[in-house]
Amino acid sequence: MSDSIRDLIVIGAGPAGMAAALAARRRGLDVLLLDEQPDVGGQIYRSITTTDAQRQRILGPDYSHGETLAQAVKAAGVEHWPGTAVWQVDTDKTVHALRGGANHHIAAKALVIATGAMERPFPVPGWTLPGVMTAGAGQILLKNAALVPSAPVVLAGCGPLLYLLAAQYLRAGVKIQAILDTADGTDWRLAIRHATALLAGWGYVRKGLGLLREIKAAGVPFHQGVEQLRIEGAGADAAEAVAFTRRGQAHRIACGLVLLHQGVVPNNQVTWSLRARHHWDDKQLSWVPTCDDWGQTSLPGIYVAGDGAGIGGALVAELQGELAGIAVANALGQGTCQDGEAQRARIRQHLAIRPFLNQQYRPRDAFRIPADEVIVCRCEEVTAGSIRAQVALGCSGPNQTKSFSRCGMGPCQGRQCGLTVTEVIAQATGLPPSDVGYYRIRPPLKSLTLAQLASE
Amino acid sequence: MNASSDALVVGGGLQGLSSAFQLARRGYRVRLLEAEYCGRHASGVNAGGVRTLGRHLAEIPLALAAREQLWHHLEELLGDTCGFVPSGQLQVAENEADERKARERVALLQSHGFGHERWVDAQQVRELVPSISPHVVGGIWADRDGYALPYRVVTAYRLAAQRLGVDILESTAVQRVERCGSLWRAHTPHGTFEAPWLVNTAGAWAWEIAAQAGDPVPMEPGGLMLMVTQRVAPFVQPVLGAMGRPLSFKQFDNGTVLIGGGLRCEADAAQRHAPVDLTRLPRSARTVIDLFPHLTQISIARAWAGIEGFMPDEIPVIGPGAAAPQVVHAFGFSAHGFELSPIVGCIVADLIDRGQSTLPIEAFRLDRFAV
Repeated sequence: MSDSIRDLIVIGAGPAGMAAALAARRRGLDVLLLDEQPDVGGQIYRSITTTDAQRQRILGPDYSHGETLAQAVKAAGVEHWPGTAVWQVDTDKTVHALRGGANHHIAAKALVIATGAMERPFPVPGWTLPGVMTAGAGQILLKNAALVPSAPVVLAGCGPLLYLLAAQYLRAGVKIQAILDTADGTDWRLAIRHATALLAGWGYVRKGLGLLREIKAAGVPFHQGVEQLRIEGAGADAAEAVAFTRRGQAHRIACGLVLLHQGVVPNNQVTWSLRARHHWDDKQLSWVPTCDDWGQTSLPGIYVAGDGAGIGGALVAELQGELAGIAVANALGQGTCQDGEAQRARIRQHLAIRPFLNQQYRPRDAFRIPADEVIVCRCEEVTAGSIRAQVALGCSGPNQTKSFSRCGMGPCQGRQCGLTVTEVIAQATGLPPSDVGYYRIRPPLKSLTLAQLASE
Repeated sequence: MNASSDALVVGGGLQGLSSAFQLARRGYRVRLLEAEYCGRHASGVNAGGVRTLGRHLAEIPLALAAREQLWHHLEELLGDTCGFVPSGQLQVAENEADERKARERVALLQSHGFGHERWVDAQQVRELVPSISPHVVGGIWADRDGYALPYRVVTAYRLAAQRLGVDILESTAVQRVERCGSLWRAHTPHGTFEAPWLVNTAGAWAWEIAAQAGDPVPMEPGGLMLMVTQRVAPFVQPVLGAMGRPLSFKQFDNGTVLIGGGLRCEADAAQRHAPVDLTRLPRSARTVIDLFPHLTQISIARAWAGIEGFMPDEIPVIGPGAAAPQVVHAFGFSAHGFELSPIVGCIVADLIDRGQSTLPIEAFRLDRFAV
């Protein structure tokens, strides 16, 4: 099915996508907003339009903020296609998407890619066992279906989402056996160096401290400086215990459900598939599409906004979305031409805290670049040792690991192993990640059945 | 650093690696220059069909020699199985017109003394592939054909060549070749290399090297797409093709199903990139679900493309250059060079070492396009 040409297609209806669509629509553009979920909100404001007061209380005030934006998008006349999976994007700005079982090929004058973040892989021994999931998945169950674990859980990792989920679980009455903090540990001398940033970003710090206070008040055992984390239970084929060391001392906690999380990274599948330029960010330990100060990628007319452009959080995402929406309107000569300086100033203010957060929650090398026996690619069950053996045979980049071992070629399209593979090869070859590179991402970006393709 | 060598091989695809390996076995000092990494394009990412079935008459002696002398003995030769599975290949006939065409083909081959393709009826097809759609009326069967894992073959040839002392330089794109006195000279960003012999196995870029050697040819680069599905329970052993429509189809032992067969796409040879365009693949998807209706709801996990060189008559150039001495070309395999590559290496090495090949290669002469 072919549709008429749009001024702007926005992929992803989280804060960045909603703000981009809204800014462009308010300037008179014909905007189509595509998203997989049943409604707008993205991951952070998932199910925002259907969540009752009780669940809003559990999820907290930051979550409720999304409702205002969602209502504005609906009121502004943005055409929104929920339940729509984008499986191919062309450099000529044609978007191929599946909606309600039918394929659509929609051309646009500009694209805003607002596909957000995904959780950083956390490859530790046992991370693929049943009974181990990510904190993000835990939060999706809570937001979508008000599902919480009935058995006690252990939360392990680092980053704001881990503490947020802990607080949300406590408010929902979930028993948390322990929280294992795997970050390198706060170096207060460094924190003092970031003092100005801390003051500038005081809102974020206060929120973080508030969460920690809430967790402490509930009496949840909180272990800092956790190393050599592993999940036991391979024999039983399900998680049975979490083992770790702390200050050289071995610990073991019996439990059947472990939630892992060590931060989020940009979801760049679309921009990689378009072969847009990306660079390696040493602070965020991830790839970032190279953009101008409007969020335009190396491909003219194709913009990235939100966490997909580098992790900045929901409020930064919203401002970046607005910038991209304005940029598209400017380019199409719609509305009053604006310079975006006001938005940029506010983005700088919100980002002031990031260097501190990046430092504070930097995942340890050992949790990103695992030992030989740890599985890296879960789809094809390729271990770190196997990747190192491939390097010894002359493999110099992630695309060769695919050919050597099918690593990264399973259903997740490398989303869950890509960063690990880059860093394992970088360590083994002594090359910087920027030279090692990333997977070439190919369509379909989302699952497409033979029947759906054949129905063309 | 720039030690002298007897031959420069341009291109680290399978034809180049196989040629370098066979030359080294015959005692030649070989240097291979590869623009990216070995097997990066068509050689490493093709469907991996070890297929004598359905070939151009001129290719049959080479294809049979490759299969009987090399593919079934690769482990002894290279120290690696290369993932070779002698599963057989079956080309199905879906209607009467297909059947007529298939029977004519088998008769034609028999009149030339070839018995490697034989007609099998509907009953035999169902014995070979019990899950196939009932509309299939028969097919052509090549029982000693099969498949292998392309990148594993590339790697096995590369390592075997390196063990024999072949100097393989990756990320070393040949910008220009020229004949200087009694030597060929290849200019690269990493220096200039010289040797008496030049082997042009540059794949989709081979026409440029050929032109620089004084042998212009009407070769065109093109992209070729493949897609692979999620894992499904085993349902087909042989590699399948179809008489009436383009298809190459196989199930790997991990359960994934590879779908291809002449699915052309654009190729940007200068950028060394062929963008996959799934919107060109509905016909292949339809063919697959016509033959195996139970695959309707199976997801496509991935699609990709390789860049290949195509000749107007869709058979390769294999043989000495027409203009300058001491150059051998092997390129333009037009999307079916994988199975031939082990024997092409032997032919190239024999042409250099003995001035001739024991196999009939007249049809692949470079000057066949000359007006």
